[in-house]
Amino acid sequence: MTGADAPLIEVEDLHVGFRTPKGMVEAVRGVGFTLGREKLGIVGESGSGKSQTGRAILGLIAGNGAVRARKLRFAGIDLVDATPRTMRTIRGNRVSMVLQDPRYSLNPVMTVGRQIAEAFLVHHRASRRQAKERALEMLRAVRIRDPERVYRAYPHELSGGMGQRVMIAMMMIPQPDVIIADEPTSALDVTVSLQVLAILDDLVSSRGMGLILISHDLELVASFCDRVLIMYAGRVVESCAARDLSHARHPYTQGLLRSLPKIDAPVEELPTLQRDPSWAL
Amino acid sequence: MIRAAGLDVRFGRGEGAVHAVRAVDFEVAPAGSIGLVGESGSGKSTVLRAIAGLVDDWTGTLEIAGEPLGRSRSRQFRREVQMVFQDPYGALHPRHAVDRILKEPLVIQGFDARDRRVEAALDEVGLDASFRYRFPHQLSGGQRQRVAIARALIIEPRVLLLDEPTSALDVSIQAEVLNLLQRLRRERALTYVLVSHNLAVVGHMCEHLVVMRDGDVVESMDVATLRRRSPTHPYTRQLFQASLGYDAAVIASFVDDL
Amino acid sequence: MASSPPVPSWRAWLLLDVPKSSFQARCQRAYIGWLAFSSNPLALTGFLIILTLVLAAIFAPLITASDGLAPDLRNRLLPPSGEHWFGTDQLGRDIFDRIIWGARITLYIVGLVAIIVVPVGLVVGVVAGYMGGIVDQVLMRITDIFLAFPRLILALAFVAALGPGIENAVLAIALTTWSPYARIARAEALTIRRSEYIMAARTQGASLARILVSHVAPMCLASVIVRLTLDMAGIILTAAGLGFLGLGAQPPSPEWGAMISTGRQFILDQWWVPTMPGLAILIVSLGFNLLGDGLRDVLDPRGQER
Repeated sequence: MTGADAPLIEVEDLHVGFRTPKGMVEAVRGVGFTLGREKLGIVGESGSGKSQTGRAILGLIAGNGAVRARKLRFAGIDLVDATPRTMRTIRGNRVSMVLQDPRYSLNPVMTVGRQIAEAFLVHHRASRRQAKERALEMLRAVRIRDPERVYRAYPHELSGGMGQRVMIAMMMIPQPDVIIADEPTSALDVTVSLQVLAILDDLVSSRGMGLILISHDLELVASFCDRVLIMYAGRVVESCAARDLSHARHPYTQGLLRSLPKIDAPVEELPTLQRDPSWAL
Repeated sequence: MIRAAGLDVRFGRGEGAVHAVRAVDFEVAPAGSIGLVGESGSGKSTVLRAIAGLVDDWTGTLEIAGEPLGRSRSRQFRREVQMVFQDPYGALHPRHAVDRILKEPLVIQGFDARDRRVEAALDEVGLDASFRYRFPHQLSGGQRQRVAIARALIIEPRVLLLDEPTSALDVSIQAEVLNLLQRLRRERALTYVLVSHNLAVVGHMCEHLVVMRDGDVVESMDVATLRRRSPTHPYTRQLFQASLGYDAAVIASFVDDL
Repeated sequence: MASSPPVPSWRAWLLLDVPKSSFQARCQRAYIGWLAFSSNPLALTGFLIILTLVLAAIFAPLITASDGLAPDLRNRLLPPSGEHWFGTDQLGRDIFDRIIWGARITLYIVGLVAIIVVPVGLVVGVVAGYMGGIVDQVLMRITDIFLAFPRLILALAFVAALGPGIENAVLAIALTTWSPYARIARAEALTIRRSEYIMAARTQGASLARILVSHVAPMCLASVIVRLTLDMAGIILTAAGLGFLGLGAQPPSPEWGAMISTGRQFILDQWWVPTMPGLAILIVSLGFNLLGDGLRDVLDPRGQER
């Protein structure tokens, strides 16, 4: 349908607003970016609008919210005016989402294997046996060493890292073109988190998918992604290649980077971020 | 100031018993600071709770200022040892205004001039008087953590136990809170025990580190060793490398114990 | 700002971001709760019904022409009219007046039950939930025993033993009503005791009594009050049932259940005699239920995270 280097997701002038008792609050104000077959990081502090940006792409904004955009497209399909039916075929099928805590995303009374197999059957005509084969294959692909055991386990029997691997396996079943991962590892220990990211990294590059990693962790995103967007107060204040992040130009990005304690560069007092009201304009 | 020797904590009895902390030893000098580092399930928070008297099933020796601690803690102990918790949303009573939150310890410990002390405590943690009558839900995460610190310091303790005090905060707010804690420690000669999963935070705050895993002390070192990047134990080295960010080659070498 | 009209200034005071005293902070909290509550038309309807009930009870002497007790045999069983809005009963008493006076009895019953049930349920539940272990076991088994009694039957037995009358009926109702409250309070206390603000109170050296009274109990109170409001209808119906069976309020007292009971022989020819107090019970029960649903949305701590 589209060439290999055509953008998967195009966003221009995206706005997400919420009605509150105190009036309309705009969480996202004019965000624009394109995503190809790459790893894009969206970084920001709480309230910067990074999560709502990811949700807007999938049409997952809460009931009191409204999305408007000059352009919001996935593989050329307009998502702003898409019918619920079109959204359903895109969501989960061609664009998947990985959320922060797998314990809330998995059905607690169904074995992990059955959930993955069900996910496969939703999208493919296949026998139960084929579905099981495919589920086990996916569990192996996320580097679970004992897929048979995990297949029969219930979600509460898995550790956080294992649960997140299972979530990723489930999201990979329909072979989506894009994965949106919203803080996928912030509930995990740092070494486990890196291992989970390594799995995502492999899957994304071997299958030529696009990945949007939404995170508050600047250093992690800088080392993991190809390109980074820095969001502040609903806007993208800086966009650069991840390896150039240390030479960021925007004072907000520079301030964030400086405020991190560093193991080998001890300071008496950490430089704090002096917020300039003009950044939010 | 604080000494732990052969500290053991067990939860439950019989088959399902969990040996959460095994034979932990450490010592902190007055006005010193020690960091307990580890991943979840390492027992680092349990050590802190045993010191605070929130966990009863411990054995071994715990001493504060040379005085051995028993199962129940005196009011005097409470006055000298205070704690700051991880979750700024959970650590303040949702139906108490800041004023009441700060006055409560004063009432319990029988302090006078309460209004003046509340004002001073707010001022000290960098909150102006307008915060005094707000409820926790009207405050941001960083402001709540400042209130929690003010509550701990208002009765002028000598030891502060910090349980992941900044892990729920944004990095810019984390820097402010860490600076605040450093300043207070200098000004009041406080002794800190800091629990964190973040090596950089512990390296910034503490002179000494204790690395824990599965209830055991893996390595105990001073901060200079960490800064020289020369921890000896492989687990500590792995933690150290993980704290540097994502590097596919390094991660492939991780010893997998999921 | 200087030209802003003076009228909404109290509103600005209530919505000011920076409260200047704990009194203002508390008023603000109540006002924001009220805003949420009053945006729900059904809850508001329930509130107005209960408000009407309370006002009717307070101003009964002003609203009514008679005390609703003295018989007037010349005007027996008159149908509803301009003079007697709800008609008259078999002794010629104005039914409207009797229902208004009956509001006092209804409120008396409801209030008395609440005063007994809420503290007992709260204390048992909070202590059991927070302390845990053997204390919890003992208190909860006692609660189970009371939970196992069929409500109306126990009330019947109780009244039969102590003699009929409103106070005994109330006691009987309270005895069979408090146990669910203890269970609710315990469930809340179980989650609250693990929270960090309770640990913080413990590290400050707060006594057990202080933790229970000023930290745990206020958090349990909301769900207890919501449950109480939703239970009110049941309490009124049980009281009316006892009155109907002749075991609660005694004639000539204008208790609504007793009024239905004595009026039931006229249901075919003079329908208004039992119907009017029946409607009163229906509307007030409905009012309490609507109010309870509305309160749940405002007070329930879990609901606020929507």
